[in-house]
Amino acid sequence: MSLALSAAAPVMPRGGALRRLSDLLYTRRGLLMVALLGPPLLWFGVIYLGSLFALLANSFFALDEFSGVVNRSQLTLQNFREMTDPANVDVVLRTVAMAVSVTLACGLIAFPIAYYMARYARGPQKALLYIAVMLPLWSSYLVRLYAWKLLLAKEGAISWVLAEVHMTWLLDAVLSTPGIGGNSLSFSRLGTFIVFVYMWLPFMILPIQAAIERIPGSLLEASSDLGARSGTTFWKVIFPLAMPGIAAGSIFTFSLTLGDYIIPQVIGDSTLFIGQVVYRQQGVAGNVPFAAAFSLVPIVVIGVYLWIAKRLGAFDAL
Amino acid sequence: MRSDPSRAGWGLKAATWAGVLFLHIPLALIILYAFSAEDKSYVFPPPALTTQWFAAAWAREDVWAAIGLSFRVALISTALAMVLGTLAAAGLARTRFFGRDAISLLLILPIALPGIVTGIALRTAYHTMEIPFSFWTIVVGHATFCVVVVYNNAVARLRRTSPSLIEASMDLGADSFQTIRYVILPQLGSALLAGGLLAFALSFDEVIVTTFTAGQQTTLPIWMLQELIRPRQRPVTNVVAVVIIALTFIPILVAYYLTRADEQPNGR
Amino acid sequence: MTVAVTLEAVSCVFGSGAQAVRAVDRVDLTIEGGEFFTLLGPSGSGKTTCLRMIGGFTLPTSGRILIGGQDVSHLPPYARPVNTVFQDYALFPHMNIRDNVAYGLMVQGVERAARHARADQMLDLVRLSGVGARRPGQLSGGQRQRVALARALINQPQVLLLDEPLGALDLKLREQMQTELKALQRQLGITFLFITHDQHEALSMSDRIGVFNNGRLEQVGVPQAIYNRPATRFVAEFVGAANVFDGARAREIAGVDSVMLRPERIRLGASPQARLSGAVIDAQYFGSFSRVRVDWGGEAVSVDLNPELHPDLPTPGDTVHLHWQADAVHPLQQGVAP
Repeated sequence: MSLALSAAAPVMPRGGALRRLSDLLYTRRGLLMVALLGPPLLWFGVIYLGSLFALLANSFFALDEFSGVVNRSQLTLQNFREMTDPANVDVVLRTVAMAVSVTLACGLIAFPIAYYMARYARGPQKALLYIAVMLPLWSSYLVRLYAWKLLLAKEGAISWVLAEVHMTWLLDAVLSTPGIGGNSLSFSRLGTFIVFVYMWLPFMILPIQAAIERIPGSLLEASSDLGARSGTTFWKVIFPLAMPGIAAGSIFTFSLTLGDYIIPQVIGDSTLFIGQVVYRQQGVAGNVPFAAAFSLVPIVVIGVYLWIAKRLGAFDAL
Repeated sequence: MRSDPSRAGWGLKAATWAGVLFLHIPLALIILYAFSAEDKSYVFPPPALTTQWFAAAWAREDVWAAIGLSFRVALISTALAMVLGTLAAAGLARTRFFGRDAISLLLILPIALPGIVTGIALRTAYHTMEIPFSFWTIVVGHATFCVVVVYNNAVARLRRTSPSLIEASMDLGADSFQTIRYVILPQLGSALLAGGLLAFALSFDEVIVTTFTAGQQTTLPIWMLQELIRPRQRPVTNVVAVVIIALTFIPILVAYYLTRADEQPNGR
Repeated sequence: MTVAVTLEAVSCVFGSGAQAVRAVDRVDLTIEGGEFFTLLGPSGSGKTTCLRMIGGFTLPTSGRILIGGQDVSHLPPYARPVNTVFQDYALFPHMNIRDNVAYGLMVQGVERAARHARADQMLDLVRLSGVGARRPGQLSGGQRQRVALARALINQPQVLLLDEPLGALDLKLREQMQTELKALQRQLGITFLFITHDQHEALSMSDRIGVFNNGRLEQVGVPQAIYNRPATRFVAEFVGAANVFDGARAREIAGVDSVMLRPERIRLGASPQARLSGAVIDAQYFGSFSRVRVDWGGEAVSVDLNPELHPDLPTPGDTVHLHWQADAVHPLQQGVAP
């Protein structure tokens, strides 16, 4: 064999600062970690946590009504007292009620879709369904909102369809119902509800689909082997195992509805939701401290909801 | 788990396809409206079809300005997010130390908490530190919630990559930097690209945090929102909406195909 | 003969305090230049950690590692004159075979034509010519293994580390590769440090073997010494089947506290003037030998028989008489001295 392998050739070391730096990072793992995690942690610590802290701090300041300037020299609970006004409590209750109903509706509509996708769809049909659900999720929120504005308008597609089937009387009846009606669908509580459900539906479908997909087929076989019919298998085996997925999806729908201020403003009647109050207070009213205090409400509510969802196993499904 | 599709009840199939239609009909409608000749209302069905509004939209200065701002913000935010997200993924993907889960949670928080909270938190911070609104106040907000998108993609890919590849590279004489260049980055490549595309789409479309951090500036979503509240020229808005759909459609599809294998539990 | 690798009181401890795991516990080892040395032991015995410390992938917590006389204890892998064949081959999936093999030269700055020519030479050496343009995913397990070998040899390392390289291959391919690796090592004259948990592999391929147990090196020696004169009970039972006796029985046989007797050294005889007699518990046929277990006062003694001499297996319950030569009995130490 004419291979010059008689004497072992030394490995040519590259000199230079880069190599010495590489040596240092290799032998000192701690240093490597600092180099890797330092920048992101610094960014998140200073910018994100810092601003959250500023938010919390500001909620204890107050706006001096006469001068219009925020008084930073003095801590006060005035904002929190203001939040207990009946008008503000109404806002909170209204928003939470909407969030709960949207979550329920999304769950009901999403489940069959997710179930079919996970259990029966195969190959190209599965990919098609997945993309069909994913695209609205990632495409523009505002465009989708705009599309509903068109649909719900007095002269829009829904009115037209109802007129064609002579059901306009139904629409008028719904619109004149206090609490959910309004001038037209595009300025009503019902309209707001429909749009919320539409917007967050993909967020509910995907976690449920993932959860059902993870159920091993052998469990279903075991269930039928032991004598259960499909209805029993569904309620006793599939549904409980899909629960974490439902809980995970509900976190999204609940949290997203709770904080949204755009849909109520564009589609809603003139009653206010939490997000709108926060937005107005920090903008037009210049009362950043009150806005800060009020925005703690969704944080607390979501915190409670997350705690409940965790008990239901949502975090295992995320 | 898989069962035979023919065994699914017709009710289930109907519910599924009805749901999918529900998701997509509004989008189809917008595309139809972009060609509608009616410019005073949202009447359905459209009285006539025309392409004149595309030219009208093209001429609108404010639309171009908004697109330009959104594009620049998305570009810089994505670049920042890619650097921070990749670093974080490299540090967290295969390590185990006290506090690791807390750091993962921290990265997710900007997206997990409602946009309004992130928005007002940043707004409050700017207000307290007396920082005026600018291009950078927007970028800071966007980069912060885009990091997690890049991070998730990078971690998923890193977890699929065998650690012995890095050891083999070093064993053969490549130092840390050469290993990054010849082995790690090529492995990560398509996942980072996908993460970047998703981050770009996210930033381009974001409106809630942006309204709190933009002041008087107008990104494309802010423009769109203003049109929603006080319509100026409805058909032009329709056209812009269609353009936005097309612009975000493509990166999403590409990102999906780039990372399809990372989603499967069995990999390749 | 020069010394290729020296480990001086090398330890590797993971974790700390009460949960500390001593993966490698004060190991001293000297490997000669040009020898085929095998680290043998069960999973978790520390052999892999030792290899990784020599390669530089894990750093020792104490002790020194010298390669060719140079202290490399805390040098990164790229600064050490060793190369590794990994258990999962670790071929770079985004490069073709030729670029994989040439990688070691590429990072040193060797220009393309020269390194491609060398890579092709290496592929010829491992008998895998002509696959240079393919991707790792297109090759079979055995072929990938050869590529990993070629890639690791291109830098002409002083020591080649092989981390259970044959584990994923099926039996016939494994046996073929064992022969080829041994021949390759003789031809190149490079020190091979081989890891396996398969004692047959170790016995057939090695110049010397080091047996690991629980992080300690229990015995180092040539294969015959390891097999016929195991130092401890663990080594006796790990490398081949063994009858090990302690206490009163051991003293009865050989006058010491612990002895080992290989099943194939025991004969079944007719004469009752035997070393011991007992009833057959069971008998199994293995093709090239039969194994009979005999009851000796509650303990089972294994005897391996040549089927040619004993075509009919003894029936359970029969009384048999066992004979052996005096030198078939080997005294054992009680564990490794600290």
